[in-house]
Amino acid sequence: MPESEPQSRNEAPEVSRDQRLDMFYAMALARAAEERLEILFRQGHVGGGVYRSLGQEAGSVGAAFALRRRTDGTGDIIAQTVRATGAVFLMGGTPLQFFRQYLARVTGPTQGKEANVHWVDYQTGLVGPVSPLGTMLEVMAGITLAFKLRGEERVGLVFGGDGASSTGAWHEGLVFAASQACPMVLMVEANQWAFSTPTRKNTRVKSFTEKAAGYGLHAESVDGTDVIAVHGTVTRAAARARAGEGAGMVELQYYRRMGHAQHDAQEYVDAAEISEWEKRDPLIQFRHRLWSEGWATGDQLDGMVEEAFDEAQTAAETALGEPGPEGSAALEQVYTDTDIASPWTRMRVPNPQHA
Amino acid sequence: MANKPEHVTKTEQGDPVTFLEAISEALFEEMSRDDRVFLMGEDIGVYGGAFKVTRDFLEHFGENRVIDTPIAEAGFTGAAAGAAHMGMRPVVEVQFMDFISPAYDVITNYLATSLYRGSGPMPVVIRGPVGGGNRGGPFHSQNVEMAFFHTPGLKIVYPSNPYDAKGLLKAAIRDDNPVLFEEHKGLYRSPALRAVLPPEDYLVPLGKAKVTRAGDGLTIVTYGAMVHKSHEAAETLSEQDGFEVEVLDLRTLLPLDDDAIVESVKKTGRLLIVHEDTRTGGIAGEICMRVNEKAFEWLDAPILRVTAIDAPVPYAATLEDFFLPQTSDILTAARYLAKY
Repeated sequence: MPESEPQSRNEAPEVSRDQRLDMFYAMALARAAEERLEILFRQGHVGGGVYRSLGQEAGSVGAAFALRRRTDGTGDIIAQTVRATGAVFLMGGTPLQFFRQYLARVTGPTQGKEANVHWVDYQTGLVGPVSPLGTMLEVMAGITLAFKLRGEERVGLVFGGDGASSTGAWHEGLVFAASQACPMVLMVEANQWAFSTPTRKNTRVKSFTEKAAGYGLHAESVDGTDVIAVHGTVTRAAARARAGEGAGMVELQYYRRMGHAQHDAQEYVDAAEISEWEKRDPLIQFRHRLWSEGWATGDQLDGMVEEAFDEAQTAAETALGEPGPEGSAALEQVYTDTDIASPWTRMRVPNPQHA
Repeated sequence: MANKPEHVTKTEQGDPVTFLEAISEALFEEMSRDDRVFLMGEDIGVYGGAFKVTRDFLEHFGENRVIDTPIAEAGFTGAAAGAAHMGMRPVVEVQFMDFISPAYDVITNYLATSLYRGSGPMPVVIRGPVGGGNRGGPFHSQNVEMAFFHTPGLKIVYPSNPYDAKGLLKAAIRDDNPVLFEEHKGLYRSPALRAVLPPEDYLVPLGKAKVTRAGDGLTIVTYGAMVHKSHEAAETLSEQDGFEVEVLDLRTLLPLDDDAIVESVKKTGRLLIVHEDTRTGGIAGEICMRVNEKAFEWLDAPILRVTAIDAPVPYAATLEDFFLPQTSDILTAARYLAKY
């Protein structure tokens, strides 16, 4: 392997103390923001669904941390999912944007037009997804095709769960990305559930990496509760894509410890199974490791958790005090250049001449 | 860079072009003008496209700008959206528009909602051949406009002649909204439509219908290949009945040019809508409703329509001719309205 290669393909990258603590903070912030959001939901402040990434924080944080994160539109890019809150924050999204989105504030990234983490910032590298998540493979294939055509050394990471892998869009996205050698890495969030449907009812493969073989893609599985392991695996996958080796896949093996959304009481899940996975909580695991390996003291880590809680709390309070959009804003931004008609029954004097 | 392909040089030499050549010229000129414009589709590069619209483009522009894709309409249409996010202006060819259905999800849920969702403009053109009369059978003959008409955020263009096809396609490529661009394959090489086009760079604005024949007795609102059958009927009515029909070519179906329709209806008081697409859920229903809302008092007769029958497109000549609206159908409906 040439010396200019940024990382060895087989060895874990060096991760400094600061980097470890940054990852820990991102995980703590994701959890704190979601927990605060859950309270807002119970209080009736959130209109749509609230989706938790409990147990999956290490997957999105470790993955995003492996990327070139920039703020000028020249870095790597991700298409997040609702369970990639940590990655959203690492890529430049803020808790304030997060709460404004969920609370449908006019100050939010989509001014109340779209929900949850469905927002975009091409400068920092966020591509808001649409709910049919398989589609995002097609879109990320095109984003990374543009990188390739323009000779930019950029990589695109697209997240999607077990369920998305059954859709036609998922497969056509991979067909396209593979055939065009797009610098795209698919992150399969293998959390063992697609809403209430378990993986075994979605597919007969033991690992989603088996599906990658069908497209000639390089793929690796990794323990999605271990942020350092995820970081190492995605660093390798991104390096491959950046080096022109085409698209790849990383499977995050972990478990969705809460229902699909807050409305889902998870009655179809064996409680013992959840308890087993609680023992592998990524945040607690990582805290223990940082402490036991001597990267930080318990007080330092607890201080960071508290700081994350305060940051989430402050953002939530700010967003709560802000207004929602005017109803008539629903007419805006359908086209860049064409107005759409207002319902004539909403006009001051109903006049069929202007229906 | 290889020499300019011969089939896109006719206008600069002052020669007439076919409908198909007008489309090739539009693509070639926009790709030459703007590096961000590139093409994706099945068999468009080495083979030059099923109808040869992009013949020799690969040699001229190279494989980064003329991309042969797998048979994955959803894949490459979604990829076009991603490339557009990154500032490019993709034009994708659907080999036959009958095959666009796998991309329905990404077009309606993704491309058409992008601006509204805050994901930014979506300068993507999805173009391809449509329409019957060529004995293509159920899967090489469909019109797809009404499958997409109910999609806010999308524009749908359906030209009837080389001048409009070129100007509308160039305007569509420069538009920041997703555009579905339908090309009737029966017009592609029609000798009767060959025309000398202006040598300069011109655009035909999207969203504007055009009166292609003036008259005061009856308005026919139509588009695509039916513009020509409507003109045939109008000539017959003028000669045999002394009855002058106004023909309004919609050119863009979405957004629909209400003003032009209403203006013509107010002038003639009678409206016949003619479309090659099937009857139920055809655009005639929407046009009728808009006239009902905006010009009911000006009507002297019920609004009628002439359309294809509600069936898949059949293969046999006798069946397809029965399926498609014919000039004689337009004459019958127009004479009924004239006497009403």
